[in-house]
Amino acid sequence: MRTFYGTELSNPLMLGTAQYPSPAILEQAFRDSGAGVATVSLRREGGAGQTFWQMIQDLGVLILPNTAGCHTVKEAVTTAHMAREVFDTKWIKLELIGHTDSLQPDVFQLVEAARILTEDGFQVFPYTTDDLIVGERLLEAGCEVLMPWGAPIGSGRGLNNEYALRAMRAEFPDVPLVVDAGIGLPSHASHAMELGYDAVLLNTAVARAGEPQLMAKAMALAVEAGRLAHEADPIEARDMAEASTPVIGKAFLS
Amino acid sequence: MSDFSVIGAGVAGLAVATELVARGATVDVYDPAGPPGPHGCSWWAGGMLAPWCEYENAEEPVLRLGQEAIGWWADKTDVTFAGTLVVANARDLPDLRRFSRRTEGFTDVGRGEIAQLEPDLAAFGKGLYFEKEAHLDPRKALADLHAGLVEKRVTFHQTEAPEGLGKAIDCRGLSARDFLTDLRGVKGEMLVIRAPDVALTRPVRLLHPRLPLYIVPRGDGVYMLGATMIESEDSGRITARSMLELLSSAYALNPAFGEAEVLEIGVDLRPAFPDNLPRIRRIGGRVYANGLYRHGYLLAPAVARGVADLVLDNKHSEMVDEDRA
Repeated sequence: MRTFYGTELSNPLMLGTAQYPSPAILEQAFRDSGAGVATVSLRREGGAGQTFWQMIQDLGVLILPNTAGCHTVKEAVTTAHMAREVFDTKWIKLELIGHTDSLQPDVFQLVEAARILTEDGFQVFPYTTDDLIVGERLLEAGCEVLMPWGAPIGSGRGLNNEYALRAMRAEFPDVPLVVDAGIGLPSHASHAMELGYDAVLLNTAVARAGEPQLMAKAMALAVEAGRLAHEADPIEARDMAEASTPVIGKAFLS
Repeated sequence: MSDFSVIGAGVAGLAVATELVARGATVDVYDPAGPPGPHGCSWWAGGMLAPWCEYENAEEPVLRLGQEAIGWWADKTDVTFAGTLVVANARDLPDLRRFSRRTEGFTDVGRGEIAQLEPDLAAFGKGLYFEKEAHLDPRKALADLHAGLVEKRVTFHQTEAPEGLGKAIDCRGLSARDFLTDLRGVKGEMLVIRAPDVALTRPVRLLHPRLPLYIVPRGDGVYMLGATMIESEDSGRITARSMLELLSSAYALNPAFGEAEVLEIGVDLRPAFPDNLPRIRRIGGRVYANGLYRHGYLLAPAVARGVADLVLDNKHSEMVDEDRA
């Protein structure tokens, strides 16, 4: 079992806390899904988000503060420090936006910020692309978790590049990997887990669903199904039918 | 001595006082900040009476209770019955489809109809038209309620409510969190601009996955742009980012907004309970009406009715919490 900086997750679903219709619905989504981790943003709230952050802490799950909305190393480092104070955790989801439309991570700044934060004692969860070399550089910088995107944030497109995500799993067999961003449907989440990923992080798909609590539960079930399927060692796909009953004795040559 | 003391002269307090007086009770109003003004968050509101649009991201009571608001306000202030137009840029059409699935009370409109409704938005090819919605000018509405109450011999005390006041109804918004511990502030930032080159006749909402905007015409080329929704309780400032986002969304709606003059910047905190729905709660001898969130004008009439039902007829509406000792 791969752990996240030594912590085993009770449930491999990581849920974001933005964009819900209300905090009450957010809480219900966590309760109904049993999600193991809550990500929470600080950048935009400034120093005055205490009441909301307390509600997140009261959920009783692991808190993974993030640097959402940061575009520079300096911003991200400052936000991480604030997060450590507010939530009393070394965990930080490092998000460094490089492009306004795709919200694609700026991987160059990401590596730099990861190094700075690791040296400063943080345990960094980097939101990255599915590029293997970037992954390697992040590990060199001290990250012990990688979080490649499935698709751009909030796009709900699922796993855009399954090949790259498979390659990443194969390249980093001992590193906990999380598909972060792009999940729209439970089948996407399940797909990530079937590939052998250790967790799935999502926000918009649940928060902006018509019934967030229902979608949260659906995601939790999907993540669990995908995890079990991976453990069960699925069969290989093949081109021709493989009869599950013997064909001898039937006139198959006629 | 009056039958009731209403504490707080924002939209909630004035609506409650108006409703009580209309039902024959006598009322005094206490607010140390004086008559309605920039010190209260209802001063900075959009004034959209838009229950169908709001229902897209709110729970059912907002749709149902909000429908009471249009008629209630029309009796007391100027209400413009012009509907709401919701549009999205071509790349954000999935948001428009989602919006339409989540609510009701609209018709789909295409390029020709949009151009007819709002010629200055002729660049948009698809939208939703909520014909039954209306809007008002919040500051005029507050002033009209205030004047109506003064006319009915309601005394406004520019002081703190004295201790041990009998039959007090506390409508202080976020200031009441000393007793309402589950109340929080949700930051909202808005701008008032003058753009004489743009002629919009009804509230318009531009959908965007990250920067949704509404714009409400106030007449004479003046528009209110709103509003951010941030889980922060810092009411002191607008951030450069919020201002950029509001203005660039307006610019995306019609580039002529780029030439607008910025008249006002508003920042305040909306009082909200965890489910973002209003509550009427009795604690000790005092009745609290609070948590109108972003629905001050939309839900104040229903809350006022609920308060009057409770204190005059001991009738418990759905907004009444369990009574607390």
